[in-house]
Amino acid sequence: MMKRIDAIAIIAQGAESMDALLVGNIGYPSRELYAVGDRPSNFYMLGSMGLASSIGLGLALARPDRRVVAIDGDGSVLMNLGSLATIADQSPKNYLLVILDNGCYGSTGCQPTCTCRRADLARMAESAGNEVRLAATPAELRAGLAKRGVLVVKVEIGNADVPVIDLTPEEIIRRFMAISAPPSQSS
Amino acid sequence: MNGIDPSRAVYAGMKRAGIDFVASVPCVNLDRLIAIAASDPDTTHVPATREEEGVGICAGAYLGGKRPALLMQNSGLGNSINALASLNGLYRIPLLLIISHRGGEGETIAGQVPMGRMTPKLLEAMQIPRFAPDPSEAEDIVAQAAKIAWADGTPAAVLLDIRFWRGRSL
Repeated sequence: MMKRIDAIAIIAQGAESMDALLVGNIGYPSRELYAVGDRPSNFYMLGSMGLASSIGLGLALARPDRRVVAIDGDGSVLMNLGSLATIADQSPKNYLLVILDNGCYGSTGCQPTCTCRRADLARMAESAGNEVRLAATPAELRAGLAKRGVLVVKVEIGNADVPVIDLTPEEIIRRFMAISAPPSQSS
Repeated sequence: MNGIDPSRAVYAGMKRAGIDFVASVPCVNLDRLIAIAASDPDTTHVPATREEEGVGICAGAYLGGKRPALLMQNSGLGNSINALASLNGLYRIPLLLIISHRGGEGETIAGQVPMGRMTPKLLEAMQIPRFAPDPSEAEDIVAQAAKIAWADGTPAAVLLDIRFWRGRSL
């Protein structure tokens, strides 16, 4: 099983090579993304737990000409399960939701989530109507990044020892929108 | 009735404000407005499963250069507060909230009353500007609310109560 930070590094490399817009989930996942692959085209979600997949969906619908990848977690997806149905309902071709499932709320002390026992997010995403793939190895993860729909990656429990993101929310959104919003519409 | 179609008036204000992306969670009073938005070829319409999800979708659309509005019932404000604060408030992301305000005069469903009473106070506590136009002024006020939202980087709410949808004019 991959460490989450190693999976995030592979996603960051893939996003860079595809020139994709990348949405990072709240807490340690965004901190790990910032540590291993900071780019202005990363949007670090600092609050609003549960909404990374929704922000990614709105972005993908607004920019059908750009590839959009959102990194989400099992605890966050369980908080906004309806998003799986809405993503399937809209089915943007340019959008991939990657769920890094470590079976716990990693940023709050690793309390277990329902995926560590019976709940299966891949099957839930599939029955919501999504194209779903699983990735267990770095090679499968790399291959899956070029697809649409939902990619579920089981990763190890545990956070890397990475610092808090030292960008202000204003800096995060300003540099992101310089890339994500067409200049004529960015007012 | 005074001859003004309340739904058409609200949508005219949204168009004047340049709204080109709409997420919605239904209310019986929003039925016609949602249908108008959904049939507009120049607008992307996304039915959301929950209001907070709609806030996230609209924030993403804004990041992509769109001008979003969220159509919802005021009961959904309670589902959205954290997102409106820690997403829109934190990054100064604008959003036009078109809210069917239930629980007031003419309400027949008891369950609507508690949130109906609290809605203006919740918006006030969240420092979200709010407006409550008559149908005759709805187009102007909706456009003005959006202007404030985009100028100040904040959500702005237009509360439309039961009398509004019946074509009330004071």
